[in-house]
Amino acid sequence: MVAAMEAFFGAAWPVVWSAAKIIALLVPLLVAVAYLTYAERKVIGYMQVRIGPNRVGPKGWLQPIADALKLLFKEVIVPSEAHKVLYFVGPVMALAPSLLVWAAVPMTDGWVVADLDAGLLFVLAVISLEVYGIIIAGWASNSKYAFLGAMRASAQMISYEVAMGFGLICVLLISGSLNLSEIVRQQGNGFFAELGLTFLSWNWLPLLPIAVVYFISGVAETNRAPFDLPEGESEIVAGHMIEYSGMAFALFFLAEYANMILVSFLTAILFFGGWLSPVGFLPDGFLWLALKASIFLFLFLWLRATFPRFRYDHVMRLGWKVFVPITLVWLGVVALWMVSPLSIWR
Amino acid sequence: MSALGFLRSLFLTELRRGMGVTWRHLFRRKITVQYPEERTPQSPRFRGLHALRRYPNGEERCIACKLCEAICPAMAITIEAEKRADGSRRAVRYDIDLTKCIFCGFCEEACPVDAIVETRQFEYHGEKRGDLYLTKELLLAIGDRYEAQIAADRARDIKYR
Repeated sequence: MVAAMEAFFGAAWPVVWSAAKIIALLVPLLVAVAYLTYAERKVIGYMQVRIGPNRVGPKGWLQPIADALKLLFKEVIVPSEAHKVLYFVGPVMALAPSLLVWAAVPMTDGWVVADLDAGLLFVLAVISLEVYGIIIAGWASNSKYAFLGAMRASAQMISYEVAMGFGLICVLLISGSLNLSEIVRQQGNGFFAELGLTFLSWNWLPLLPIAVVYFISGVAETNRAPFDLPEGESEIVAGHMIEYSGMAFALFFLAEYANMILVSFLTAILFFGGWLSPVGFLPDGFLWLALKASIFLFLFLWLRATFPRFRYDHVMRLGWKVFVPITLVWLGVVALWMVSPLSIWR
Repeated sequence: MSALGFLRSLFLTELRRGMGVTWRHLFRRKITVQYPEERTPQSPRFRGLHALRRYPNGEERCIACKLCEAICPAMAITIEAEKRADGSRRAVRYDIDLTKCIFCGFCEEACPVDAIVETRQFEYHGEKRGDLYLTKELLLAIGDRYEAQIAADRARDIKYR
């Protein structure tokens, strides 16, 4: 069928094929974002001994649709003192990178929009761009709360990117590749993988501290509770999003949840073997990746239901004085381990 | 920081214990009451919508003594008294502004003849300005409508007063 369509579209085929792949990736992603909000309200409700949304549709399954429609039809209010152009560039700049990153994320072996050799570098670079959306939004709103929120968000995201970057260097060291698909494939080899216990060959075991630091940094990077200081409802109301309403606000929301899903996918890909099956006798596939990512997404919600918000200096202390030293020490340990006779990565 | 404390914080001991608490709550029986299908039980002392009562012969109880007006902390009650043709003292005006009322129940406690009472009704609304301003006629009508329940509730509560 693909060959027939290739003949039909002729020279335009690569464009059509890429567009089809992008749609096949983004539509499920946006649906996942919508239902992640539903899952969040349900999980947090259950942990607070409530039952969460259950009125729209059976068991509340249509709640995200209702929310989306409500946001679509609401008026986008532009503050009179706001910068009229940048005010709308902000949310777009926040959402665009969080969708763009997905180009390099492999869903299963060969299922990736752009199989970049520098995939991990691309991911890091694009994630760093997200902070611009927040700064622009905070500045263009011309409100003190929005500006404070934007300052907090940018400082926090930059700080945790350092720890995250050092952690990822460890992954690079042992896989010897920046290609995300290659990183996953490499995790399928090793002593335990040959015994059929693939899950013990994944990166999480030798890189356990890094995996933990990476995930926590990911939580901080996406500005989720307990690192949700940029939003801090009780202090600065909603941070950089305070002046936004309707669809402009929804774009920030989409970006935040798309980032949560991204961090979960990356944790699964870099440390937990991506699409690889945990045991030898079961087939590999996308479902494994989805399952692993769902576990990390649940962890996101679980953390939010459990912990109170950090104080700002504690956030900075954790990032710079705890995570950066841990990752640096482990980087040295891994590097020495690799050149020692005990190396498990030959 | 002691070495043990350092290790505890490094291995996130307390955080994991906290997450254990929320994990257990995930499976607890939920306490949500799904109003309006489900309702919580009401006490006979429930303080809801006000009403003015009558004696069984149809005579209104209120004697316009203005004790309720005096005690009302929100100053929600306005009373004007007059002598009626038969020589008895009655209210010609008895207004309660529900937007001021704080539902403390002092009016009911102050009343020497059990005329002003608070019923169990709490599901009412106003659609325009002034809808929540109850006049004497409205209060008497509410009293007539819920008299059976008002009397039953007072009878149940009388031994504790």
